Amino acid sequence: MSVFSGLKFRKVYSPIHNLDPRIKFIYVCVIFVIAILYSELIPLIVLFFLQVPFVLLARVQREWVRSLRGAGYLAALIFFTNFIFKFIGAGYTILPYDVETTIGLTLRFVVLVESFSVFFLTTSPDHLGLALEQTRVPYEFVFAFTTAVRFVPVLAEEAQTIMDAQKARGLELEKGNFMKRIRNYIPILIPLIVSAIRRSLELAEAMESRAWGATKKRTNLYALKMRKGDFALIAITATILAAAIYIRLYVPVPMLHDILASWTHTAKLLTITLL
Amino acid sequence: MIEVKDVYFSYQNGVEALKGVSLTIKDGEFVAIMGQNGAGKTTLVKHFNGLLKPAKGQVLIDGVDTTKRSIAELSKDVGFVFQNPDSQLFSETVEDEIAFALKNFGYETEVIEKRITWALNLLNLTQYRKTSPFMLSGGERKRVALASILAWDPKTLILDEPTIGQDYEQKEKLRQFIMQMRTQQKTIIAVTHDVEFVAECNPRVLLMREGKVIADGIATRILTDPEILTQASIVPPQIAQIFLELPGLNLQKDIIDVYEAARILQNILEKRGR
Repeated sequence: MSVFSGLKFRKVYSPIHNLDPRIKFIYVCVIFVIAILYSELIPLIVLFFLQVPFVLLARVQREWVRSLRGAGYLAALIFFTNFIFKFIGAGYTILPYDVETTIGLTLRFVVLVESFSVFFLTTSPDHLGLALEQTRVPYEFVFAFTTAVRFVPVLAEEAQTIMDAQKARGLELEKGNFMKRIRNYIPILIPLIVSAIRRSLELAEAMESRAWGATKKRTNLYALKMRKGDFALIAITATILAAAIYIRLYVPVPMLHDILASWTHTAKLLTITLL
Repeated sequence: MIEVKDVYFSYQNGVEALKGVSLTIKDGEFVAIMGQNGAGKTTLVKHFNGLLKPAKGQVLIDGVDTTKRSIAELSKDVGFVFQNPDSQLFSETVEDEIAFALKNFGYETEVIEKRITWALNLLNLTQYRKTSPFMLSGGERKRVALASILAWDPKTLILDEPTIGQDYEQKEKLRQFIMQMRTQQKTIIAVTHDVEFVAECNPRVLLMREGKVIADGIATRILTDPEILTQASIVPPQIAQIFLELPGLNLQKDIIDVYEAARILQNILEKRGR
């Protein structure tokens, strides 16, 4: 569940929270593209640390760390599966090159999680809905999306209550073998689904009674406007993208283990000459 | 017997729900826990069957610390009926719904069968035995939820907001039912906002505010003390209000029962008539 808590929005006032979500989304997409562009470790490390100033500026370090920790399991899985296949592929030997690309692949996943987490941590669902609407996404879809996002914490709370109610009737979730444990969740899932359906029907009625969809053209209380910070972020994003593409095309990216090897080599030479 | 010793509890989001609560509930007592929303009522009762464990302090059920027993073990002694029946109903028939807990507690098939019949009978649900609980009305669902807890005959019964969504007749049945349970020496703990219901039952009242118990005593005393009630944002029952609003008549202040009030007023009127 900790992965999700790393995606949950909490209201904080910061320069990052005030940015236009559209621009933030472009930034996240650019980071995404660059992460796919490179499989070498060094640029991915750079990419990882590139997000840190954003996180600090937005003051969401705690949640961010939590989401990274939540992604840890999946990252470990990616690392080990890749590592095992590389290990077998290399004829049951561990090559430094393989280790580095494996770490690189894992870090690529972490960078993706990290950038999306920054985006969702600093963008309120309302803002996001507004951004979608202003990019001409039909309002029905926008509404469905923002409602879904908004009801996640409500459902989580409900699930907790249901779990308590069933535990009070002697349900022990952790008891039994694998199949029994899955079946243990039926008394929790059914009330949850039933109440979600009931809730959605009620919501639909409440919306209808407040004239939902009465006019084709809606107006918004707030309109998103580009400010200085947004233009700055566009400039930063463009620069990062341009630099990334340029380096990809014209500059050979060194491997970390080569650098380390050459360093140890020079260190050895140095000690020999000094002695 | 339930003993709560200086219990503190905070939720994960940092809300301090209980700040040093101490109390004792003896076997066979009927206790109403009242107070405004967020006062910590439900948090407190969730400590009684181990759903929550104190961060500091101790909760003892019949002398055993709740941290030393599982929720399932505790639930066998302390039945907890949740406010919303929809947070527990999931079976295809009312019968299965009631059997769920009995199976969890490992009762034999014949015993389960007997207990179901007994619980359905107790709450006038016999005709719905094979009905889906989702097809029943709100009040009936609430009764099914109650029956599913009563089925294993716990020593202590916790009712969270038992009167919400119930019409007067159902409330009256609930009151009679509670009285009946009391004759069997069951402990009843009700979390409620329903002042009139409490006034009719006249139980021991625990008033809570901001995670603390601010008053503890018989309903006739607590519900007629405007000062304490204001602190807990509770309006006195209507009978008490009438008696408080008639200072010129020199009436007793601790009256919440309709029939007693009528008798007193009748006496005064008769004296005047003479």
